[in-house]
Parts: sequence; structure tokens; C-alpha cells
Amino acid sequence: MKYLLSAVIVLGLLAGAVWAQESDQPSTAAADTAVSADTVSVAPPAPVGNLRAYDSDNDHGHAVTLEWELSPDDGGGDNSVLMYEVFRWYPYFWDTVQEVRAELVTARQRRVQGTLDVEGDPDDYVKELVSRHTELLSTLPEAHEQYPDDGEFRLVRAVPAGTEKFEDRGPKDRLAEDFLPDYCDFYYRVDAVTIDESVRTPSQIVGPVQSYGQWFNTGRIVVLCFVLVFGLLTILFVQRARSGAELYVRPIAGIEAVDDAIGRATEMGRPILYVLGLGTAADVATIASFTILSRVAKQVAEYQTQLIVPTYDPIVMSVAQEVVKSAYLDAGRPDDYSQDIVYFVTQSQFAYVAAVNGVMLRERPATNVYMGMFHAESLLLAETGAIAGSIQISGTDQMAQLPFFIVACDYTLIGEELYAASAYLGREPVLLGSLKAQDVAKAAVVLFALIGVIVTTAGSSVFQNLFKVTD
Amino acid sequence: MKRSSVIILSVVVLLFLASWLWKASTLSSDPGIVNAWGQAFGITLAAFLTLAILSFLYRDNPFYKFAEHLFVGVSAAFWMVMGFWSTIVGNLVPRLSEGLSSFFKVPFDRFAVNYFYFIPVILGILLLLRLSRDAGWIARWPLAFIVGTTAGLNFIRYLRSDFIEQVSSTFVPLLVGWQGFGHFLDNLDLSATGQLALTVGNWVISLGVFCGLVYFFFSKAHTGVFGAASRVGIWVLMITFGASFGYTVMGRISLLVGRITFLFKDWLGLIS
Repeated sequence: MKYLLSAVIVLGLLAGAVWAQESDQPSTAAADTAVSADTVSVAPPAPVGNLRAYDSDNDHGHAVTLEWELSPDDGGGDNSVLMYEVFRWYPYFWDTVQEVRAELVTARQRRVQGTLDVEGDPDDYVKELVSRHTELLSTLPEAHEQYPDDGEFRLVRAVPAGTEKFEDRGPKDRLAEDFLPDYCDFYYRVDAVTIDESVRTPSQIVGPVQSYGQWFNTGRIVVLCFVLVFGLLTILFVQRARSGAELYVRPIAGIEAVDDAIGRATEMGRPILYVLGLGTAADVATIASFTILSRVAKQVAEYQTQLIVPTYDPIVMSVAQEVVKSAYLDAGRPDDYSQDIVYFVTQSQFAYVAAVNGVMLRERPATNVYMGMFHAESLLLAETGAIAGSIQISGTDQMAQLPFFIVACDYTLIGEELYAASAYLGREPVLLGSLKAQDVAKAAVVLFALIGVIVTTAGSSVFQNLFKVTD
Repeated sequence: MKRSSVIILSVVVLLFLASWLWKASTLSSDPGIVNAWGQAFGITLAAFLTLAILSFLYRDNPFYKFAEHLFVGVSAAFWMVMGFWSTIVGNLVPRLSEGLSSFFKVPFDRFAVNYFYFIPVILGILLLLRLSRDAGWIARWPLAFIVGTTAGLNFIRYLRSDFIEQVSSTFVPLLVGWQGFGHFLDNLDLSATGQLALTVGNWVISLGVFCGLVYFFFSKAHTGVFGAASRVGIWVLMITFGASFGYTVMGRISLLVGRITFLFKDWLGLIS
């Protein structure tokens, strides 16, 4: 009996276990299904909203801008959007264009290398390809008009989730692979893509939209306004100066010292060294320096002192020779002028410094004048001049070099003082007029800054936007 | 030549030869070095030229003069050759002439031919006319063209970058995060990036710009209140220059370290 009871209990437990196992099986399967759904199956996301396409503003064409509202599942909802893929509709005809383009590019390269092996004249072959490619490009607008027939949407670019704007920009070069032609009807679509790239939701299709260039960049209107205002102010003040009006310019210590320094050199019987810097003849600082050189050369000619002008740039040398020659002519001593006064050294920065330093120690100039654009050589020059015991007057608009001139020279023209000096010395109506116009501009800057600071402090960016310049 | 000069020159030549031999023997022991004698000569020459240039710190001397003239001559010739082969032969000839291209053995792409390049050719020839006594005046035309066009192009660039964008950068709030006096004091953040620091910084920018501009105002004498503002402006400038000076000097020291490293590592091998 005891054994029978034990057997019944064991059988009962076994039966219960089997039943429990069987009843558990559906629930495990359900769990497996649930896990599968969480890790592999992703619900299609909501599409992007309000997709817009328009020609990019203020450019030379070859660009279309797309804007859209984020999918509700991007950063919210299921948060399942991983990226957006931008598609453009291409006619199949585009493939023909690309084949001819690739053939043309290869043929041109081989023609230049001399390895183009074709029947007949290789140049005629390339010319034929060029004309064929041009002809195909000219028919592209018609091919785009076939939409939606004879074409398909192709991926342009994938952009990360959170992106709301994309510019489809191609190069101007018609032989570039990603050339984007103007005046063709483009159609776009943006897909919201999940981690499983097959699970995606396309947007509605936008188009047709054409790209084309603009004649004017309206983002730079503010620059145009300032150019016009400053131009008018300059003309106004130049006219006033020409009519004989007295235009006051405050004394500039560095320039006052030039006359004394030339007198010192004359008394000591030593030369004056004039360094124009490393700028080109078109740099503003170099142009200002030419005016000062003219004044110095004229006085040097009058006092019959020696002038040395070693130059770094061949064009600067040519201009400087003309300037010095004219100054000697104005001083009534054209016979004293020599081409050797202004000479070319080298276009290597530190070799030029080595040569000028050598001149300073061998010729022992009484005065060194550094006016123009200087770079790392400023301290090397000025320190050597100080060791040689010369009076030194410098001027540059290079902010990084001004500290070196200030510590090593007797007088330094800081930034715009260099430009003002040329007007102060020359007293020419054009220079004086432009200097006065600059002063008015500075007063305007102070006024703008004052208004801008007040408006910005009040929390508005209106005034800031007025000065915004875009490319 | 003085006897002392001959002795010094002889000593330097001997030192150079000894250094060359020593460097060559050092490099020869390294199986990875090809042409040890040539490399040793290059390193020794570079070291001697470096020392010759540095000798200027003592005073002008024949070794400095030698290094200076060598440097100037080599660089002038180098830039002339570079200008000819890269600009004229490399860029101009292939765009203009097949005959010249084949003469200089540069690839000619007839489809890249652009006859507009004849304009700089003509301007360049006109520039050379300054060598002529009679036709030298013609050289002023290309000069005027170069200066005028570049100045005109730069005008727009500078107006934008140095004027308009600088002006708009001064539009800063003088009270950062201002939402009432009590709120400002209660939430006063004294950190380097906090409201107070930003507010002080903006005041410095505004006053610095204002006073700096006053200093560069040339139509009025710097007297009275105007003079006081001008003096503040020059202080602002000098403090800026001081900071810039320190920053640049640090850069120059790194250049010095580079040359010292060359002398002690590449030449003498004293440091590894």
C-alpha cells in the first residue's frame, strides 16, 4: 500500500510536470516572439512633413535646397529614425550622358599623355566627344520633362536624424561626375530610415524645381551700401580739399620725426635705409609706404643724402624706383638719381632679412625707416637697427608685428596711422579726402556700436541682422 | 688678408673637415644609411651655416657675410627658377602653345587653351620695357593695372572682414543674462564663464573699441575728454600688444629649440 501510494504520487508529479511543461510552451513562444519583435522588427516610422524644394539663393546655380519637418519618430514617438535619405529623380538618359562624359574625360587625359590610340586624328575624336557631350547636356531638360516615365529615384545623400535642411549642390564643371545641370525639372523625395534600412517611409514627392544662378547676391547688399556711402563721402571730401578747404589732420609723432631723422642723417653724413616690407605693390600698407617714401626721397634729394631701398618684391621694386625717380625730379635733382638706390634682394623672407641686416651693420645708416607690411622679420630688422645705433621709425598694419616695432623702434605708426601719415605728408586732396571719409566712418562705427550694444542688451538681434553678410 | 684671418679661416676649415670625417664615420656604422659621406657633408654644412648665422649675435664677421651671401644668392636663384618653371612653363605655356609645350616637354591640353592668358603675357612684356630708356614709361601701365585691380578687389574684402563683421562683433549685451536686478544678484555666477565674467568682458570689448577708435580719429586734436579717451585707447592697444608679444616670443623660442635640436641631435648626436 505504501509503495502503491508512492507510485501514485510520483506518477501524479510526472503528469503535473508534463502538463506544466506543455502549458508553458505557448508562453515561451510568445516571449520569443516578443523578443524578436523588439530586436528585429521595427515599425515603419512616420514620414517627414512639409517637404519643400527651392533653388538655392544668391549663388551661381547648380544647387537646390530641401527643407522638411522632422518625422514625429525622430527624437520622439518611437524614436526609430536613424537617418534621412535624399533621393532625386534621374531620367535613364542621364546614364547615357555619364557614359559619354566618362569617355570624354578619359580620352582627354590620354590625349594629354599622348596615349590615346584611336583611328584617325585623336584631336578630332576628342572634339567629337565634346560636341556629343554638349549636345546630350542640352537635351537634359527635355529628358527631365518625361517624369515619371523613363527614370527612377536615386540616392543623393544620407543625412543623420535631426537634420531638417539639405543642399543638393553640384560643381559648375560640366565634366564633373556629380554635375548638377541648371534649368532641369528636378523631383525629390526624402525617406525616413530606421536601423533596419528596409524599414523606411518615403515622403511625398516635391517638384518640379529648377536650379539657376542669380545676378546679384542679396546677402551682400549691406556691403554695397557701405561701399556707396564711403564712396560718396570720399568724393565729397576730396572735392572739399580740392576747393581749398582747410582739412585738419592732427600731428602724428612718428611722421614729425621723419624730418628730424633725415636732418640727422645729413649732419652725420650717413645714409637712410628705407624698408618697404614684404607686402606686394597692391597691399594698402605698401601703397601708403610709397607716399612716405616719396616724401623721404624728395628730402633726401634736397639734402643730397644717400638713400638705400632694398626690396623684397620685384613689382614693389619697380614702383619704388618710379617713386624715387619722380621725387628726385620734383626736388630738382634728377641727375642725382641712380637705379641702384632701389634694388631687389630676394623673395625669400629670411634671406632678405640677412641681407638687410648686413646693410645695417656695414653701411651704418643714421636712420632706418620701416614702413609697409611686415611679418616675422620685423623684430630681426628692428633689433639689428637698434644695435647699429640708428634712429628707427616704423609703421605697419600687421597687428602681430606692431609689438616688436614698438619695443625696438624710436617711433611707431600704429595701423591706420600709417595710412594717415601718407595723407598728412602728401597733403594731396585725394588722400586727405579719403582720410576724412575714414574719420566719418569711424564716427559712424561708434554710433552703430552704441546703438547695437543698447539694442542687444535689450535682447533684440534686429540690429545685428542688419549687418549680417552672407556668402 | 691678415695673418690672423688666415689662421682663423684655416682652423674653421680644419674643424669642418674633422666634423665631416667624424660624422661620416658615425653614419657609416649605421647599415640603414645610404651615401653616408654625402649625408655627413650636408649635415655638417647645415650646422656650420647655422653657427655662421648665429655668429651675428657677436658682431658682423666674414662667416656671417659668407652665410648671408650664400643664402641670398641661393634663394634669389631658387625663386627665379621656381617662378619660371612653375608659373610660366607649368601654368602658362600649356594653356597657350603646343609648340612651346613640346619644347619644354610639358603636357599640352588643347581643350584647356585659353587665349585670355595672352593678357598677362602682354602685361609682363610691357613690364620688362622699363629696361628700355625710351619706352620705359610704358611699364607704368601694367603697374597701374596690378595695383588698381588688386586694391579694388581688396577693398570689398577688407570692408567686409575688417569693417562690417568687426562692427557687428561689438554688438554685445552689457548685462549678460539680465532679468532684473534682484535676479542678477541672486544668480550671480562668479566662474570664468559665468554671467559676471561675460558681462565684464563685454564692457571691456565695448569700451576698448570706443576708446581705440577715438585714438585713431585724426580730424580732432587729442585734448580734453577726447584726449582722455584716446589715452585709454592707447592703453588698450598696448595691453593687446603685450599679450601678442608674449605669444609670438613663445613661437620664436620653439624655432630656436628646433635649431638647437638640430645642432645637438642631428649634428653632434649628444641627445637621442
